[in-house]
Amino acid sequence: MSATGAGRRRSPVTWAKRGGLSSVVFALPVLVVFGVFSWWPIVRSVVMSFQKTNLVGSPRWVGWHNFVFVLTDPDLPTAIRNTLYFALLALVIGYPVPLVTAVLISSVRRYKGLYSVLAYLPVVVPPVVAVLLWKFFYDGSAQGVFNTILRWVGLGPYSWLSSPSLAMPSLVIEATWAAAGGTVIIYLAALIGVPDELYDAAEVDGAGIWQRVWHVTMPQLRGVLLITFILQIIGTVQVFLEPYLFTDGGPANATLTILLMIYNYAFARSLGGNYGAATALSVMLAAFLAVLSLVYFKLTSRWSKS
Amino acid sequence: MKYSRTTLAFAIVGVLALSGTLVACSSGDKNNNSGSSTTLDPNTKVTLNVVGLLPGSKPEAQQALADLVTQFQTANPNITVKTHDYEWKATTFAADLAGGTLPTVFEIPFTDAKTLIANQQISDMQAYLSQLSYASSFNKNLLQYGQGDNGDVYAIPAKSVYAIGLHYNRDLFTQAGLDPSKPPTTWDEVRADAKAIATKTGQAGFAQMSQDATGGWQLTVDTYARGGRMEDGKKATLTNDATKAALQFLKDLRWTDNSMGANFSYDWSGINQAFAAGKIGMYTSGQDVYTSLVQTNNINPKSYGLTMIPLSGGDSGVLGGGTMAAVSSKATNNEKAAAVKWIDFYYLSKYTNQAAAVKNAQTQVASKQPVGTPELPIFSQAQYQQYEDWIKPYVNVPLDQMTTFTSNVFSAKLVNEPAVATQDVYKSLDPVVQAVLTNKDANIDQLLSDANSKAQRAIDSAG
Repeated sequence: MSATGAGRRRSPVTWAKRGGLSSVVFALPVLVVFGVFSWWPIVRSVVMSFQKTNLVGSPRWVGWHNFVFVLTDPDLPTAIRNTLYFALLALVIGYPVPLVTAVLISSVRRYKGLYSVLAYLPVVVPPVVAVLLWKFFYDGSAQGVFNTILRWVGLGPYSWLSSPSLAMPSLVIEATWAAAGGTVIIYLAALIGVPDELYDAAEVDGAGIWQRVWHVTMPQLRGVLLITFILQIIGTVQVFLEPYLFTDGGPANATLTILLMIYNYAFARSLGGNYGAATALSVMLAAFLAVLSLVYFKLTSRWSKS
Repeated sequence: MKYSRTTLAFAIVGVLALSGTLVACSSGDKNNNSGSSTTLDPNTKVTLNVVGLLPGSKPEAQQALADLVTQFQTANPNITVKTHDYEWKATTFAADLAGGTLPTVFEIPFTDAKTLIANQQISDMQAYLSQLSYASSFNKNLLQYGQGDNGDVYAIPAKSVYAIGLHYNRDLFTQAGLDPSKPPTTWDEVRADAKAIATKTGQAGFAQMSQDATGGWQLTVDTYARGGRMEDGKKATLTNDATKAALQFLKDLRWTDNSMGANFSYDWSGINQAFAAGKIGMYTSGQDVYTSLVQTNNINPKSYGLTMIPLSGGDSGVLGGGTMAAVSSKATNNEKAAAVKWIDFYYLSKYTNQAAAVKNAQTQVASKQPVGTPELPIFSQAQYQQYEDWIKPYVNVPLDQMTTFTSNVFSAKLVNEPAVATQDVYKSLDPVVQAVLTNKDANIDQLLSDANSKAQRAIDSAG
């Protein structure tokens, strides 16, 4: 309190001489960048969600109309269901894969760096290129790459992206391949922090490899695992690239996700988007994720401390 | 003198606001410095950004375009034309328009002009268009698409005025034991031929677009061909019998005959690519698609055939549409004056001026580009036939493989696209087509009922 009181009495010159100005100058770029590219768009989105605008003429206030419009959209339940399905599949397939990969890489004695590079390589491939590549792999004809491989073992051909039941798992597999590398690196970094003595002690106690992973590695990674878990949920709930580029939400809305719906509201109509509906759904999604994150951290705070 | 931090903050904000206003004023001045003249001052240099060819067009096509640009710039030394690759897509157009990344002169489908005019997103070109000698000769039915409530022309009918045709691969017909000079004339024959092609060649006998609103577009085509309509005034009528019959036809081909191949997510460019590559026996699209099949997809002309889409039912007709040239609402008067010169040169003068028609045809032929692809008249039918006579010596498209289309199209009933919320209506039908093609147990009645609700919602929102 006293510092604040002293601040009020100081002249700008004194304030500047004592480093106040340089602090502001140093903080300014960050503030400007965040302000212009993060906070201002967020504020604009909230404002726009209560407006009808075509970004050319003056916007009109429409109250809760955009929210009602979105909530009564017959496609919304499908999009929510698909998004949750994607998130679930991504958790089942995508969450353990990087962990297992990281544990395996950290366990090998030679070429650890090489394996890390190989695991990270897909992250370096530009996402659009990766999707186009996988689109080629997923060719539904008998001559498609995956179908050719599966034919060798007497399976297929499968329609992959043209099948309502296979389309979503196909997307998740590509998304896992594309994103796992980043998470592997995070786990590897965390694994370096696990003291070797713990493994030695466990080994002396007669623990096998799986027991060491379960009783030593996992508890030591708990904090990182909890963070990557919520990041994964937030990331997968906002999935857009894969359904947009692979299937455009098809076939028959089988891969229509919430973010794709937001995009469609805003941009898919050639005659100017329904920006109000797009921002309304964005605001609702952001609010949901914020609440989810708060609840999650509240529930798991005890675990990460222990 | 002592200042509080708040005062300092206000001072900074004030300075920033003032400088922002000054910048805004200066840019406003810049936009308004072109005066009110509708003719281009010959001493003023103008750079005009225009749409060019489809992305991925072959070097020969690019060369032909470059030659045209050179000819234009020679005739108009004060105008510099910059062309940009362009493909109109419902899913990207609005983003390009809102983001300001469209060229000054761009192309739009007939169905979108009215709304873009109402939203003040394209320029009023009446004063500039009036300077052209043929301004009053346009086909009135086409011109009305681009007119505002005040009667002024904003978007100008420019190219690709089409009726839908049935495109077929003559080589696949031959391989399947069918006569390529006798293409199908009924839907039953289309089905039988598709099955023969699929069985004998292993390729898709018939394929259908289903993405980016093309699924709805083509289902509307199929509906019109069976006598149905998608709208009755402001009422969506997607659940009509003709649409159900069209979907049942697709269902039969897909699930009973297995004659539609393995790809059920084609968009416009994707189906063209597959067709040119010999993977598709038949598909429906605009009659003029041959030009882009050559320019972009390297089709073998000998394999190409075009015939009428089968028509059945009392009120059946062929869906017609086309492309308009529009000028950005942000264009200066000089840019608008230059734009109308380019639109005249690039799109229209060839139909009305023999020297221009011959020169254009010579330029295209020199780069081995298609000349003579059948279109529908932008002006009168007599004028179009005169244009055909002018370019006759230069025609290099296989017109004799399109005679079953060209000899019948003018006697067919042309039906305009749905008037209200066109792209939304199409978009609501995409999942229906996709469901029928990918789900054996798809319930056509239920799917159409759901789509009808969505289409009605879009029509109501359109006001």
